[in-house]
Amino acid sequence: MRLEARAEVSRTLQVAAPFAAIAVTLVVCSLLVAWSGAPVGGAYRLLLEGAAGSTFAISETLTRATPLIITGLAVTVAFRAKLYNIGAEGQLYAGALAAVGVANAGLSLPTAVVFPLVVAAAMAAGALLLIGPALLKTRFHVDEVVTTLLLNFIALLFVSMMLDGPMKDPMAMGWPQSVAIPEELELGKLAERSRVHSGLLIALALAVVVWIVDRFTAFGFEMRAVGANARAAAFAGLPVQAVVLKTALLSGALAGLAGAIEVMGRAGYVTLDMSPGYGYSGIVIAMLAQLNPLGVVAAAIFVAGILVGADSMSRAIAVPTYIADVIVAASLIAMLVASMLARYRIRFK
Amino acid sequence: MGITKRFGALVANDSISLELARGEVLALLGENGAGKSTLVSILFGHYVADEGTITAFGEPLAPGDPAAALAAGIGMVHQHFTLADNLTVLDNILIGTEPLWQPFSRRRAARAKVRETAARFGLAVETRRKVSELSVGERQRVEILKALYRGARALILDEPTAVLTPQESRDLFATLRQLVAEGLSIIFISHKLDEVLAVSDRIAVLRHGRLVALRAVAGATKAELAELMVGRKVVMPTRERGALGAPVLQVRGVHARDAHGGVLLDDVDVSVRSGEIVAIAGVAGNGQHALAQLLSGTLAPDRGTVELLGRRLSATPRDWVAARVARVPEDRHAIGVIGDLTVWENAISEHLRTAAFTRAGFVRRSASRMHANSIVHRFDVRLSGIDVPARSLSGGNMQKLILGRALSVGASATPTLIVADHPTWGLDIGALAYVHQCLLDAASAGAAVLLISEDLDEIFALADAIAVMFHGRLSEARPAKTWTLSEIGLAMAGGGEAGSDEVTRAA
Repeated sequence: MRLEARAEVSRTLQVAAPFAAIAVTLVVCSLLVAWSGAPVGGAYRLLLEGAAGSTFAISETLTRATPLIITGLAVTVAFRAKLYNIGAEGQLYAGALAAVGVANAGLSLPTAVVFPLVVAAAMAAGALLLIGPALLKTRFHVDEVVTTLLLNFIALLFVSMMLDGPMKDPMAMGWPQSVAIPEELELGKLAERSRVHSGLLIALALAVVVWIVDRFTAFGFEMRAVGANARAAAFAGLPVQAVVLKTALLSGALAGLAGAIEVMGRAGYVTLDMSPGYGYSGIVIAMLAQLNPLGVVAAAIFVAGILVGADSMSRAIAVPTYIADVIVAASLIAMLVASMLARYRIRFK
Repeated sequence: MGITKRFGALVANDSISLELARGEVLALLGENGAGKSTLVSILFGHYVADEGTITAFGEPLAPGDPAAALAAGIGMVHQHFTLADNLTVLDNILIGTEPLWQPFSRRRAARAKVRETAARFGLAVETRRKVSELSVGERQRVEILKALYRGARALILDEPTAVLTPQESRDLFATLRQLVAEGLSIIFISHKLDEVLAVSDRIAVLRHGRLVALRAVAGATKAELAELMVGRKVVMPTRERGALGAPVLQVRGVHARDAHGGVLLDDVDVSVRSGEIVAIAGVAGNGQHALAQLLSGTLAPDRGTVELLGRRLSATPRDWVAARVARVPEDRHAIGVIGDLTVWENAISEHLRTAAFTRAGFVRRSASRMHANSIVHRFDVRLSGIDVPARSLSGGNMQKLILGRALSVGASATPTLIVADHPTWGLDIGALAYVHQCLLDAASAGAAVLLISEDLDEIFALADAIAVMFHGRLSEARPAKTWTLSEIGLAMAGGGEAGSDEVTRAA
């Protein structure tokens, strides 16, 4: 058995790859569902109903998709320039913490001024957390996968320290959670009796903006050029290091913004479990979307649907919610294989 | 027999039937992409043929298994050597020949056998030395010895002279004749006509995957072979020497070291005048690459000055592009283009942030595409559209795109300086002639041209003056007609200093 590069990669195959990957994932994971003793068809039906079976289900999926779209975009821009930002999780928490900190700083300013300040602080915090690894990468060739990954733990422990210390809500009966943001800074709800908030619109707008930047601007050109071949980009006179640093700022800022929007739209305050791995899921989403900013929206909704659907499935029958993590992880692996098969053909001989 | 190999829709080998007789040198001649390497890769088991069979010494050969090919007595010397630098010659020869469960290697017996083989075929190599200490020619001998040690009776040599000086090539040919005299059979792959005529008994010409001619070397002529290879008559451009202008490029006393402190450039002086083509000859790896980098703005000198029209330039590609220096890098795939970007994006990559192609942060798409189309049109780049990834272009078309990008600078079409690093490496004769014509035209229009090449035919065809590089040092540039081939060869091997002084005085 050997691999041969396809002479031309067809558009159809590239579009079909994520769907094929998801189909294969569901088939493989059905074995696990069957193993846990539940009927496979019934379990997947419950999962689908839980994700999209009612207005409420859809609203829950979209609520969950909101931070995922933004972290997915954060990872997409970074990976486009081959800056492997594994630290979106930490950047999200940094952003959330900064948002709450500025929101509760007691600034006697109108909301119209405080709101952008809160958002800017969150973006700056996320960007700040990624600029270090990016500088280490451009200056000393330190592997950013390691630094960004490990910074997640540092960021999370820092948040834990703040929530148990200076930023602890005295009214929280000893729970480690921050003081809530003032009500006027909360994002509006999009529908009655649901949790969908206007952060979803912001996320969708961001996807379009990132797509435009990537496709039509000189900076997007530089980002793609540096990602595709940094040596050739340098030879052509593109400022490779500056592009990597700018990309890091953009990616970190997006991840930080995801944290702020999650706080302002859903939670209201920071807890240590406010993100069930949105930053890490962002990596899966970016890969599923093949680093296409618009594809990120679809991939994020898919992942959110699996997470939400699995929750409701496990409430109805005895399949643990962990199946959601398995499905998401398996879909990433399947996607990597599928995108390889779109470029190569297997020959048996 | 009847070998066919397809890669997708591309037929790399189209039912090729060849026979290699005992005691002969069979040359496989063809342009890049003609299917020479594919054919021998099938022979040696790297690829599996879609159709056809191979018979070696009367036995059918199992397809797709290099071990079977070795066992059948087929040896291969790759263009890029497969030796471990940190091991001795003996270890390199022994690798893979001893069973893994044997606790100690039988070095004494092995050494004796290697020495005996070496003596029999006239391949003098000291077995105790490390490969890293050997010259390129010696390394090649080790590769051949390795194959012979394993009992090869048929030897495949893939472009063996590409890395050698003329003298080393001559030594290699003598070795090959001796091997043949001992009853070995050799397949010799090349696209250089002189070599093929000098060393082989029969010549097989491949074109577009087909065997177009198979003939004895006696009676074959260069012109005839070239025509068979390309499929049409090729007229090589010739130089009409014009008047030289003022100095454009002046490099004085430049030293440069690599990251580990190794010397790249050692007190290099060179100057190129407007309308002049100065060629830098030398065996690969003697500092030419560093010189090209220095003159492309990607390497900063430790000492010394680099001036263009009297102005010192910083070591940033942008400055060099802005000063209208056309740069053609050696590795067109890795450096010249960004393969995953489209052709039109590559066409503007050097000038992205200029007003011509970017307005308010947005790429001016239609202006960019127009520029790309004009390059494609002017430089005859053959492609299916400017939206295909640059990676998909053939070597020749990729080089035309790079040349076109470099030569279409600003309002004036003539650059001040052209730095062409191995501009025709791996190109077929048609594309090669085209690149030569471009360089000659630019020189006639007043550009200063610095040509770095290992191909002496190319150097003598184009250059006004030639300098030779060895171990980071550059000899004085002398008029091309005062150099003889053997003199250059000597200088390339590091022995030219004394001789060149004499000739300079005589001239």
